[in-house]
Amino acid sequence: MTFLHLVRKNLGRKKVRTLFTALSIVVAFILFGLLGALNQGFSGSVSLAGVDRLVTIHKVSLIQLLPIAYGARISNLEGVEAVSHYTWFGGYFQDPRQQVFSTPTDPDTFREVYAEFEIDPDQFQAWQNNRVGMLAGKSLADTFGWQVGDRIPIGSTIWPTSDGSYGWEFVLEAVYDDGDPANTNEQQFFFHYEYFNETRQFGKDLIGWYTVKISDPENAEAMAAAIDALFANSPTETKTTTEKGFAQGFVDQVGDIGAIVRYILLAVFFTMLLVTANTMAQSVRERTNELAVLKTLGFSDTRILVMVLSESTLLSVVAGVLGLMLAYVAVGGFAASVSQFLPGLALTNATLVLGLVLTVVLGLITGIAPALSAMRLNVVQALARR
Amino acid sequence: MSEILVKTRDLSKVFAKGKEKVEVLRGLDLDIEQGDFVALMGPSGSGKTTLLNLIGGLDKPTQGSIDVGGQRIDQLRSSQLSKWRARHVGFVFQFYNLLPVLTAQRNVELPLLLSKMSRSERRRRAATALEIVGLSDRAKHYPRELSGGQEQRVAIARAIVSDPTLLLADEPTGDLDRETADEILDLLQILNTEHGKTILMVTHDPQAASHARHTLHMDKGSLAKAA
Ligand SMILES: Nc1ncnc2c1ncn2[C@@H]1O[C@H](COP(=O)(O)OP(=O)(O)OP(=O)(O)O)[C@@H](O)[C@H]1O
Ligand SMILES: [Mg+2]
Repeated sequence: MTFLHLVRKNLGRKKVRTLFTALSIVVAFILFGLLGALNQGFSGSVSLAGVDRLVTIHKVSLIQLLPIAYGARISNLEGVEAVSHYTWFGGYFQDPRQQVFSTPTDPDTFREVYAEFEIDPDQFQAWQNNRVGMLAGKSLADTFGWQVGDRIPIGSTIWPTSDGSYGWEFVLEAVYDDGDPANTNEQQFFFHYEYFNETRQFGKDLIGWYTVKISDPENAEAMAAAIDALFANSPTETKTTTEKGFAQGFVDQVGDIGAIVRYILLAVFFTMLLVTANTMAQSVRERTNELAVLKTLGFSDTRILVMVLSESTLLSVVAGVLGLMLAYVAVGGFAASVSQFLPGLALTNATLVLGLVLTVVLGLITGIAPALSAMRLNVVQALARR
Repeated sequence: MSEILVKTRDLSKVFAKGKEKVEVLRGLDLDIEQGDFVALMGPSGSGKTTLLNLIGGLDKPTQGSIDVGGQRIDQLRSSQLSKWRARHVGFVFQFYNLLPVLTAQRNVELPLLLSKMSRSERRRRAATALEIVGLSDRAKHYPRELSGGQEQRVAIARAIVSDPTLLLADEPTGDLDRETADEILDLLQILNTEHGKTILMVTHDPQAASHARHTLHMDKGSLAKAA
C-alpha cells in the first residue's frame, strides 16, 4: 500500500457522491476547452496580424468607402513601403449561407504588402495577367475542391454588376499558402480591382480600406497619425490603426467574445467550486473519527493536511483532464464542420496547459478549508465523541 | 525488580468547561514496569481514558511529568509527539476504529506508511502481525465483512505492527460478548507473555482485569492502592 492508495480509497468512500462531483468537474472542463477553442477561433486572425501593417478606414465606420485616390497620397508619405486596398465584397459560393471572405485588390501592391504569402511565381504571374483571375487561399480551394483553371461563379450580397445581376465569375489562377492551415488568412480569395471597378454598377473609384506597410513598426503610432492628418478636415476623414487593432475591432463588432467566454467560465467554475468544496467538507466531516485514529497512529498534522489536499487535487485533476480530453476530441470534430466560418477553432497547447494548471489550483482551493479543519482536529475530543 | 517503563509524577489534568474547571487527574503518581500487564478499573468519569491519552502522548498534562522509556513526553511538541507515538505506542480502542475503505491487511499496514520501510517489507510486516492475531485468512476482507472480535484482532495487529513497547487499550472488550472478549484477552495475554509487550488496559469488567498481572483502581482522578 502507498499513500496514494490511501488517498484514492478515501475518495471512493461515497462512490456516487464522488462520481457526481467528478462529473461536475468534467463538465466544467469540457466547457473550458470548448470556450477556449471558440475564443481562439475568434481571435485567431488577431494574433497573426503583423505590427508593421496599418489599416486605414473611413473615420465614421468601416462600412463607408474611401476614394481610391487616397492610396497614392498615403504612399507618398515618408516611411510607407507599400499601400494596398480592399473592399467588402460580401461574396458567397453557391449558397448565400456559404460566405467566403473575398475582396478586390491590386495584385502588385497586394504582393508587396503581404510578402509572406507563399505563391508559386508562375501562378502569380498568371493571376496578374488575367483580369478575371482569382487568388485563393489553399485551404479555401481545398474546401470547395477548386482547381487552378476552374471558372468559379461567386455571388455578391453587396455589389451588382453593370447588367444588374449579383453574379460574378472568376477563374482560379493561383493559390497561396501561409504555412498555417488553421489560419483565417487561408480562407479567403482576392481578385482584380480593375475588373471589379469597371464591372460594378455603382460606387466607382471607391474602396473599403487601405492596408499600409510601414518600414518601422516602432513608429506605427506616429505613422497612423500622419496618415489621418493627410485627410483631416476633408469630407472623407480616415481612421488608421494597426492591423491587429483592425481585426480586434472586427471581433468586437461580433460581440466581445472574450468577455462572454470569461463570464460563462467564471459562472461554471464557481458552481463547480461550490460542489467540490462541499463534497470535500462533507467527506472530512464524516470521518472525524478516522482522522483522529490516523493521528493517534502518528500521522502528523501536516500529513493529514497533505492527505486531504491530495484527495481534492486528485479528484480535480483526474476529472479535469478527462474533461479536457473530451473537449479536445469534440473540438477536433467541430473544427472540420465549421472550418469556413471559424477556421481558427482549435484547442491550443496554451489552453490545455492553462486547463491543467487550473485543475491543480481548483483542487487545492476546494481542499484547503476541509484540509485545515482536518489538520486542526483535536484527537482526544474527536475520539471521545464516539 | 525490572525496569520502569512508564512513570508519572504529580500528574494533573484540568479541563475547562466554559468557566468551570474540571480537575480530572489530581497529582497522580504511577509506575508501570517493563513487561507488565496492568488493568485499570474505576467508575465512569474517574479519568481512566484521560490518563491513557496522556501516557499515549495524545494529550498534554496540565501539570506533572510523564516519562515513557526514558523520554519525557510531556515536554515534546505536538509534531514530535506524532513521531514518538508512531514509534513507541500502539492503541486499541473499544470500537476498533478501523478504516472502512481499507482491507484488513492495509489497515494493519497503515502505521508503516510513516516509516521508511520498502513496500514489500511493509506488506511482510503486516502479514506477520495478522498471523500473530490469527487472521491471516481474512487479510483481503474489509472491516464490514468481519465480526466484532475479528475487527478487534485487526486493530490489535495494527497496534503491534510497528513493534511498539507499550500497548494502550481502552475497554478493548467493551463491545464484545463474553466468549469473544475472552479470546481477545487471551491474545493480549500472549502478546504480553510471549512478545514482551507492556500493556495498560482500561476495563470495567473484573473478569477482563483478571487476565492482567496487576489491577489498579482509579477514583476521582487518583489511584487507589491495588486490591
Ligand atoms: N476534552 C474534555 N473536556 C472537558 N472535560 C472532559 C474532556 N475529556 C474528559 N473530560 C471529563 O473528564 C472526566 C474524566 O473523563 P474520562 O473520559 O477520562 O473518564 P473515564 O474514566 O474514561 O470514564 P468512562 O469509564 O466512562 O470511559 C469526565 O468527567 C469527563 O467529562
Ligand atoms: Mg473512558
